[in-house]
Amino acid sequence: MSACGGARIRRIETPLGGEVARELRAGERVEIFGDIYAARDAAHARLVAGLEAGEKPPIDLRGCILYYVGPTPPRPGRVIGSAGPTTASRMDPYVVPLLARGVTGMIGKGPRSPEVLEALVCHGAVYLAATGGAGALLADRIRAAEVIAWPELGPEALRRLRVEGFPAVVAADSRGSDLYALGPKRYRQERQSREVGR
Amino acid sequence: MRPVDVARITGAVARLAEESNYRLDRGYVAYLEDALASEDSPDAQHVLEELLENARLAEGGSAPLCQDTGVAVVFFEIGQRVQLVDGDLASAVDAGVRRGYCGGYLRGSMVGDPLLRENTGDNTPAIVHVDLVPGDRVKIWFLPKGAGSENMSRSAMLRPADGRQGIIDFVVETVADAGASACPPLIIGVGLGGTFDFAPQLAKKALLRPLDTDNPAEHLAALERDILRAVNDLGIGAGGFGGRTTALDVRVQAHPCHIASLPVAVNLQCHAHRVGTVEI
Ligand code: SF4
Repeated sequence: MSACGGARIRRIETPLGGEVARELRAGERVEIFGDIYAARDAAHARLVAGLEAGEKPPIDLRGCILYYVGPTPPRPGRVIGSAGPTTASRMDPYVVPLLARGVTGMIGKGPRSPEVLEALVCHGAVYLAATGGAGALLADRIRAAEVIAWPELGPEALRRLRVEGFPAVVAADSRGSDLYALGPKRYRQERQSREVGR
Repeated sequence: MRPVDVARITGAVARLAEESNYRLDRGYVAYLEDALASEDSPDAQHVLEELLENARLAEGGSAPLCQDTGVAVVFFEIGQRVQLVDGDLASAVDAGVRRGYCGGYLRGSMVGDPLLRENTGDNTPAIVHVDLVPGDRVKIWFLPKGAGSENMSRSAMLRPADGRQGIIDFVVETVADAGASACPPLIIGVGLGGTFDFAPQLAKKALLRPLDTDNPAEHLAALERDILRAVNDLGIGAGGFGGRTTALDVRVQAHPCHIASLPVAVNLQCHAHRVGTVEI
């Protein structure tokens, strides 16, 4: 099922090259394969502070997809616990320096600031939305998880996640389209025209 | 007096913490199924299907429903003829939270100080509300409250002249601003009246009201229906990409207030509506 009612789900692989990132369009449904990096508030603060201090970041940021998630601890025999997206807007202040260093994708939930939408256009990057609160379902698509830096941050540590078929929707693309603004507006218009047509 | 050993409270809190984070109430799942059946937006349908699948997986025990296993909010109604023995209530609750969260593989989401922001590691302390009531029973509600929806909650001191429409407008504005960040479809708790501090507590308490129970006051039941209609007219939908069901339910809880005041508070609850209750 796709955002436009079609059937096509686009498969994307990491690292996410700039060319592919630029092709993605708001509303398009994707499944991600490869390594993505879990980082939320505290890891973002450290990542960006490190960049500002001229330090080498603990991961290669080029073509990197960052996932805003702080998972629950894994149950015995599992690689990770519940792992759904957290609210993306809290990471808005960190986006520009990270995109400037080569990050091409971010996964979270909820709308972004105008500055972030503009930065996506400038850098040819995308913002992907995963379903908030679907942590058990999304964890099922994560095959491996490893803490890369700052283990003392617990759920907020920087982690590498190997994903297979991780489902998301392109919420904001490199042309400035924002599904969080367009989707509800389009829905209201369609509903209105149905009511008028009745 | 009826003695109640606080260890029983610890045990109950631990069990409710774990259970509520893995298993949605059946009746509530039916709400989600109804929302899916009536949804006409493919995007929102897809999200609702994912949520139902998520609930099945979590109940199977693979992982909690949501990675934000919440602030542990615990409401008590304690009968005046109950005597708590063998410890104090706050420590007993925290011991239950610690046991439930660590033993249940739930996330510690509390920082010990809002500025220093160091994680306490075991999700303590809980936020505890106690009402003294007649009788000799202890009733406990456990509400793990996620930050996504909590952060988008609001309160305001309206003017009495703003009245009913002012209240509806304030709720609609709150939900519109929250958008997808609060993880719709929502359950909306509205507290009306009391004082500046009391209205938000009413709003949170309203979330505990069992599903499918009508507000006993007819004018408030009508207000709930009108707010629900106005909120769903926003067209935000499950997941926030447009759809019919932005909110599943609205519950209003009212209290007397000052002649010059109209306090209103809106506590948004996300679709991960986890609440457990038990009586001792
Ligand atoms: S708002 Fe609720 S469903 Fe969404 S991430 Fe937070 S706790 Fe989970």
